[in-house]
Amino acid sequence: MSMLEKTLGWVDDRFPLSKMWNDHMAAYYAPKNFNFWYFFGSLALLVLVMQIVTGVFLTMNYNPDEALAFASVEYIMRDVEWGWLIRYLHSTGASAFFIIIYLHMFRGLMYGSYKKPRELIWLFGMFIYLALMAEAFMGYLLPWGQMSYWGAQVIISLFGAVPFVGEELAIWIRGDFVISGATLNRFFAFHVIALPIVLLGLVVAHIIALHEVGSNNPDGVEIKKVKGEDGIPLDGIPFHPYYSVKDIVGVVVFLFFFSAVVFFMPELSGWFLEKDNFLPANGLKTPEHIVPLWYFTPFYAILRAVPTMFQSQFPGVVAMGLSIVFLFLLPWLDRSPVKSIRYRGWIYKFALAVFVISFIALGKLGTLPAGGIYLTLSQIFSGLYFAFFILMPWYTSIDKTKPVPERVTSK
Amino acid sequence: MSTDGVDNSKRRFLTAATVAVGAVGAGFVAVPFLKSWSPSAKALAAGAPVEVDFSKLQPGQLMRVLWQKKPIWILNRTDQNLEDLVKLNDKVVDPNSEVATQQPDYIKGINRSLKDKYLVAIGICTHLGCSPTYRPEVAPEDMGPDWLGGFYCPCHGSKFDLAGRVYKNVPAPTNLVIPPYTYLTDTTLVVGIDEGAA
Repeated sequence: MSMLEKTLGWVDDRFPLSKMWNDHMAAYYAPKNFNFWYFFGSLALLVLVMQIVTGVFLTMNYNPDEALAFASVEYIMRDVEWGWLIRYLHSTGASAFFIIIYLHMFRGLMYGSYKKPRELIWLFGMFIYLALMAEAFMGYLLPWGQMSYWGAQVIISLFGAVPFVGEELAIWIRGDFVISGATLNRFFAFHVIALPIVLLGLVVAHIIALHEVGSNNPDGVEIKKVKGEDGIPLDGIPFHPYYSVKDIVGVVVFLFFFSAVVFFMPELSGWFLEKDNFLPANGLKTPEHIVPLWYFTPFYAILRAVPTMFQSQFPGVVAMGLSIVFLFLLPWLDRSPVKSIRYRGWIYKFALAVFVISFIALGKLGTLPAGGIYLTLSQIFSGLYFAFFILMPWYTSIDKTKPVPERVTSK
Repeated sequence: MSTDGVDNSKRRFLTAATVAVGAVGAGFVAVPFLKSWSPSAKALAAGAPVEVDFSKLQPGQLMRVLWQKKPIWILNRTDQNLEDLVKLNDKVVDPNSEVATQQPDYIKGINRSLKDKYLVAIGICTHLGCSPTYRPEVAPEDMGPDWLGGFYCPCHGSKFDLAGRVYKNVPAPTNLVIPPYTYLTDTTLVVGIDEGAA
């Protein structure tokens, strides 16, 4: 027995190292028909690690103090060696994270990955998405620029719309009468400690749940139904080396695009870093045109689409909340007997296309001024967004489905 | 754990009692943490009343001061402005300041001020907390021909007149808030103290 094997044996007697490696990598059998859309889970993990590493290094030079924060970010950009790269990796990483997560969720919608028995995977994933939105929102306050300040002011004012206790609640969240150093410090604590811990815990739960029931695939067929004599699914292949190597290819391609943004257009014309955020926060002056970063704009458009009712903007806040809540309910709204879009009828395909178009249109409308034709369009697309969910129990049950094969196909 | 001769109801009672006592303890411990989020003594001190000398404020001019870190506007309105306010009564939601939460009870009517000439208001939009822009010019191109001067919120397009009254059919639900304030002399006032309390 070699020294290495002896050491491994020693560890295995005390900690299930080999068992964990096998359970989650070398003997985790994933369907053999994964396609392009299955890159985004591992890419999300990559970006999470990158955000944590770059975040830790940014924290070493950043000052969470209302008098120092803006200047410390500029200090990182100009005076800290390679500070600009670390910061641009972090700011581009935030947007990349959302692009990846949205594509990952779209994959779930296409192939019915949220359906029984994967409801909990979907719920854990939705909680990850929620935690990620909180993480991004709080992180955006830290540079203490004009958009940081006024973006946070608008979003926290949403809590002020809650009937009766709203104003008290908003003051309690801010720790002051408006956004101030107290808010900055608590957001910093959440951004660097509390939420990353929650995120990591949720990611572990997401993966454990996934590896318990097994991965879905583009055919939406349960590979565990057809097993060989050795108890291994006939359509399954070990995650390592097959998919670990496949995912490395995905990582390389992703890094091409990612590096292009980081090195050549880190602001991406205001989509990844907004121009007004290069001005220090000023509580007396709101920027001319205030928009959240692109990953929040669909929900922002929904918020603005709902008119004020009963002298309160609360209905808009409720609509925005519901637009997220409906995503959580997806596993129970979908009544279709099949998972994958490949075997669904035209109605679901049409509904999904309308949903995607609505989401993108709302994302664009959320960046435009709210008024006139833009407001009307926001209202139409918000209606379509909600129709996708509200009508789902009906249209998925009448949709004509095709027979699902026993085994996965090699399309 | 032996299950012979176990009195399950006693066991359940002890479990429930332990959980209940633990929950009460956790509830008490949570209070200091939740309370720590309230505005600190320092933040409250910064929210103390501020004295403003506006002797140099010309007609049509707006000045901004901070109270509770919020922008407070003091606007010197012209006679024309005051006449215009009456014309706008049909276009605003609450022309006579009847929604009680938006101003102290000694602020009444169309002008929404202690002295007709000077508007004192919190410059924070009642929609989502942006600070509206002062747009005194009459009928500028982007505000339309009916605009008689007022405040425009760049965030979501809410409009207010020169008394901080909100126009109909805009996102903001209510008039701008008038803070408690009182005059010390003809050209100084204190924001944060009710009229008659100083």
